[in-house]
Amino acid sequence: MIGDSVPQGDNEAAAREVASGPVIHIRNLRKEYTSVAGVIPVLHGLNIEVMPSEFVAIMGASGSGKSTLMNILGCLDIATSGSYLLNGHDVAVLDRDTLAHLRNDLIGFVFQGFNLLPRASLLDNVALPLVYSKVSREEREARANEMLGKVGLAKYRDSQPNQISGGQQQRVAIARALVNRPQLLLADEPTGNLDSHTGNEIMNLFKELNERDGITIVLITHEVEVAAYAHRLVRLADGHIVYDGSSHEGAMSKNPTEYSAAVHSTS
Amino acid sequence: MIGAMLNEAWVSMWANRLRTILTMLGMVIGVSAVIIMQAVGQGAQQEVQESIESMGSNLLMVLPGSSTSGGGVRMGAGALSTLTTNDAEAIEELPTVAGAAPSVSDVAQVIYGARNWSTQITGTTPSYFSVRNWDFAAGAPFTDTDLRSVTRVAILGKTVVDNLFGDENPVGKIIRIKNSPYVVLGVLSAKGQSLMGRDQDDAILIPITTVQRKLASNQVAGSVRFIMVQVKSAEAMPKAEQDIVDLLRQRHRIREGAENDFTVRNLTAMANTAAETTAVMSLMLGIIASISLLVGGIGIMNIMLVSVTERTREIGIRMAIGARSRDILLQFLLEAIIISIFGCLIGVILGIGGALAASGMTGIRVVITISSILLAFTVAAAVGVFFGWYPARQAARLRPIDALRFQ
Repeated sequence: MIGDSVPQGDNEAAAREVASGPVIHIRNLRKEYTSVAGVIPVLHGLNIEVMPSEFVAIMGASGSGKSTLMNILGCLDIATSGSYLLNGHDVAVLDRDTLAHLRNDLIGFVFQGFNLLPRASLLDNVALPLVYSKVSREEREARANEMLGKVGLAKYRDSQPNQISGGQQQRVAIARALVNRPQLLLADEPTGNLDSHTGNEIMNLFKELNERDGITIVLITHEVEVAAYAHRLVRLADGHIVYDGSSHEGAMSKNPTEYSAAVHSTS
Repeated sequence: MIGAMLNEAWVSMWANRLRTILTMLGMVIGVSAVIIMQAVGQGAQQEVQESIESMGSNLLMVLPGSSTSGGGVRMGAGALSTLTTNDAEAIEELPTVAGAAPSVSDVAQVIYGARNWSTQITGTTPSYFSVRNWDFAAGAPFTDTDLRSVTRVAILGKTVVDNLFGDENPVGKIIRIKNSPYVVLGVLSAKGQSLMGRDQDDAILIPITTVQRKLASNQVAGSVRFIMVQVKSAEAMPKAEQDIVDLLRQRHRIREGAENDFTVRNLTAMANTAAETTAVMSLMLGIIASISLLVGGIGIMNIMLVSVTERTREIGIRMAIGARSRDILLQFLLEAIIISIFGCLIGVILGIGGALAASGMTGIRVVITISSILLAFTVAAAVGVFFGWYPARQAARLRPIDALRFQ
C-alpha cells in the first residue's frame, strides 16, 4: 500500500509523484455521528474530484455538512464509509502518525478563528509546521521569514498575534499554512471573522496564490461574494451535493437547476 | 526539534509563572525535606557510631548481682559488693579475654591552684585504657607498679583539664583530690559523649588501690563497682560470657541452681541496638520526607492535567499542522521534567542550606553526602516523569478534531 509510511526525506518526491492525478478524490463518502439520540447521518455519499491548481469553494447553510466534509478532507476526522484518496493516498488505512505527516506535508490549514498560538511570535507561529517536519532551525527561520514577507508582514516577525489586526493574523495563518509548500490549502470560513474590506484582501491573496503559484485551494464559506473568487463551486445541502460547477452560474442562484448526473445517481 | 520544544516549554511555563513556581514549590519542599531528613538521620547514625567506637569494641560489663533480703525484697543489679579486684584478675586470665579492668568511682572536689572542679574519680587498672580503647593526648598511663605501691597519681580527662588548667600543660603538675596531692601523669584524648549522653571526658582516673585504701571511705575492702571486660573477638563473645559466668560462680562458690550474685551485660549488643534504633529512625525520617516528594509529584500531575485541558485547542492546532502524538507527548512530558528538575535543583540547595542552618542553630550533627543528594535528585526526576506521563499521554491521545473543536 502507498500509505503504510510516507518517507520523511522524500516530501517533494511524494508530492510530485502523483501531481498529475486528482489532489482530492472522493467516492461515495458517508459520515454519521452516533449520539445518545441515535445515529445522525451528516454526509450522504459524496463524490468529488479536485484536480491540481483548482480553486474550489464549498457553500452551504449551517448544518449542511460542509465543516464535516472539510475536517475529513483535512484528515482531522475520518469518514464512516466510502473512500478518500488524498494525492493518491487512501487515508482510511493510514495510522495517526502517517495522517499527521500528511497534514504536515500536503495540507495547509486556514481557520475562521486564525488559530495562531497566542504566546509565540509571528515568526515562530509560521515556522511551527517546520518544527514537526524536522527542518533545521536556520532553514525554519529563513523559510518562515520568506513566507511572512510574501504576506507582507516581515517587519512584525517578532510581534505576538494579539498585537496585530485580525486581517494581519489571517495573513500569518496563511503564511503558516504555506510554509511547508503544501499541495492543498484548506480554508474554513477564512473571512468569517473579518470585515468585508479585509476579507477581500485575504481573498485576493488566495486568488494570487492560486493563479501565480498554482496552489490547489478548497475553501468553505457561506458568502456568495467570497465563493465568487473561486473558479468552481460545490453547494451542499443536508449532506448532499446539490450543485457542482462554475462558480459564476452557481453562486448567483440559491436554487440551482443544474445537477451533476453522477452526483444525482449516488445521493 | 528538542531545542524548539524546550523553547516552547519555557514560553508556556513563563506565561504561567505563578503556577509554575507553585508547582515547583511542591518539588522543592519534597527534595529539601528528603535532604534535611537524610542529613539529620545520617548525623545521628554517625554520632552513635562514634560513641560505639569510643566505648571500645567487644565489651562485656560484669556488675555485682542483686540480692534478696530475708523479707524477699530484691535489690537491683550492683546493690551488692560481691565483685573484687581478684575477680577481675581471674577474668583477665581467661583465654577468650583480652583484658579486664575493675572500676570503682566516687565523686570528689578537685583543686588546682585557685580553680576547683567536681568530677568523677574512677579507680582502675592500666588495662582500662586498652579495654576502653582510649589514647593519650599527653603523658603516659599509670603502671602496675603504681597499683602495687598505691601511689597518688592521676590521669585527667579533657574536660577536667579544660576546667582546671585552661591552656597550661597539666603533666607533672600536682592537683589536690579530697585535700591529698596527686601527680598528673597524663591527659586522655577527647572521647565526647557516651551513648547515654554522659561526657566521658569529665573524669579522673587513678590506680584502683589508691581509691580503695586512701580515697573511698565507705567501700568494702577490695570490692569494685563493675568490671569492664574486652573479649578477643566478636565471635568469642558468647563463649567469653559463659566462661565468665562459670568462673565467677566457681569463685563465689554458688551452688547448682542458686542465683548468680553478679550480672554480665553485653555492651556491644546494647550498642548495636542503639545503632539499629537510629537506623530505623533515619529510615522513618526518609519515608516521611519521601511522602512529601510524592505529594509534590501529585502536584505536578494535577497542574499538568489542568494545563492539558486549558491547552486542548492549542493541541488541536498543533495536530492540525502536523504534530504527531509523540510530539505532543514529548512537549508536555518535557514541561513536567523541567519543573521537577528545576524544583529539584532548588530543593537541593535549600535542603543543604536548611540542614546547615538547623545544625548551626540547634547543634544537631548533620551529614550531607553526595549519595543522598543523588538519591533525592534521581527520585525527584523519576517522580516528574512518572506523574508527567499520564497528563502528557492524555494530551497525545486527543483526537485532532475533538481538540480543535474544544472551547
